Amino acid sequence: MNTPHRRVAAPPPIAMLAELTHRCPLACAYCSNPLQLLGAQAELDTETWARVFREAADLGILQIHLSGGEPAARRDLEQLMAAASGAGLYTNLITSGIGLTRARLEALVAAGMDHVQLSLQGVTAAIADHVGGYKGGFDRKMAIAAEIDDLGIPLTLNAVMHRTNISDLPATIDMALRMNARRIEVACVQFQGWALKNRAALQPTREQVDTAKRVVAEATERLRGRLVIDFVPPDYYADYPKACMGGWGSTGLNVAPDGRVLPCHAAEIIPHLTFPNVRDTGLAEIWRDSHAFNAFRGTDWLPDACRGCERVNQDFGGCRCQAMALAGDPFAMDPVCRHSPHRAKVDALLAEDVSDDWTYRRMAPARP
Amino acid sequence: MTDARIFFLPRGVRMRWDGVRGRQVLLGPERALLLDEIGHAVMAEVDGESSVAVIAGRLSRKFEAPVEVIQPDVAEFLDGLLAKRLLEVRP
Repeated sequence: MNTPHRRVAAPPPIAMLAELTHRCPLACAYCSNPLQLLGAQAELDTETWARVFREAADLGILQIHLSGGEPAARRDLEQLMAAASGAGLYTNLITSGIGLTRARLEALVAAGMDHVQLSLQGVTAAIADHVGGYKGGFDRKMAIAAEIDDLGIPLTLNAVMHRTNISDLPATIDMALRMNARRIEVACVQFQGWALKNRAALQPTREQVDTAKRVVAEATERLRGRLVIDFVPPDYYADYPKACMGGWGSTGLNVAPDGRVLPCHAAEIIPHLTFPNVRDTGLAEIWRDSHAFNAFRGTDWLPDACRGCERVNQDFGGCRCQAMALAGDPFAMDPVCRHSPHRAKVDALLAEDVSDDWTYRRMAPARP
Repeated sequence: MTDARIFFLPRGVRMRWDGVRGRQVLLGPERALLLDEIGHAVMAEVDGESSVAVIAGRLSRKFEAPVEVIQPDVAEFLDGLLAKRLLEVRP
């Protein structure tokens, strides 16, 4: 039932985000999983994931991020790691640390795990357990971080920052050094899905962001060659949009727990897209030919103002999911852009009252 | 001036042939660098035993270019990877 649609040639993808599961002991209010979470019964089995990993390597994918949810919630994680590594992929485990043990880490290393990215919700138990909605989570994370260090596993600390914890950035960087992390991602919450729902509680102030930028600039100089610092600013304060995904369908793809393949993890909010599934379609065909991956590929479909803009090949018109969420139109200029007719909507959000409450990420009751 | 530093690939960084793109790639945490011929020639000499000066000497013979021209380029290339923590220097 393929209807004719535009096809735009694209180079092979570099990276795959494999969301092995949506299950997670944490309940962070900014979770990048969709609002409608999938249960265990919807997940791909071990053999199907292993086939997808081989197809990924054949397609030219070099790096795989085994993520979730919490990937350690999969009891076959060690087998999945071995399958990904065996396919020749560079393997990165994106984890909260909860559910891992020293024995599991050793098994993952034996299976070929190259690198771990450990999430950080806060630098104290009080903040971290509040943000994660999971009492005792911080202490367990610190224990597993010590094991990761002891085993010499290359580590990136992924610190997700928002209004409640961004002022702790200097202490966060110190924690990365204590853990012997090689990299830290200072990732300000991007407002999609759960984070957009909870934006009023998560949005940092402009002053907080300006301070964070100064801290990052100073630490980058001071720690050159010791700690790599990657900073993802919150784009609502920017004049121009982010180059989301480096351009739609250009460098990476995302496989959801049930096998649907998305150009980015938030793409489900765009209602006119249907996502092909690895259960019945090959990854190469999905990448090259599917409507979802071709829909916003390239720049010729953009509004005239974007196509005539000198920044078009820097930001590709920005984020499609943000255009959908804020302007109600995935073909619109990213509303963050100062030239967007919808910029006033972003400014109105920034002027809204802040909230002290957020809604934790939870599974909806199972649908019949 | 000889550069006696000895570089090596730390755990979690490796170079391999990418058959799809027909290029050597350097893979590390959240990074994939496509190497050109020169980049690969330099990286192929990074063995954890040879100093920058020794590497530059070998490349100078291989490419028939003066070592005083080659060595700064080699050092700059390796320093760039050091800053990204894709290489380390032997203590």
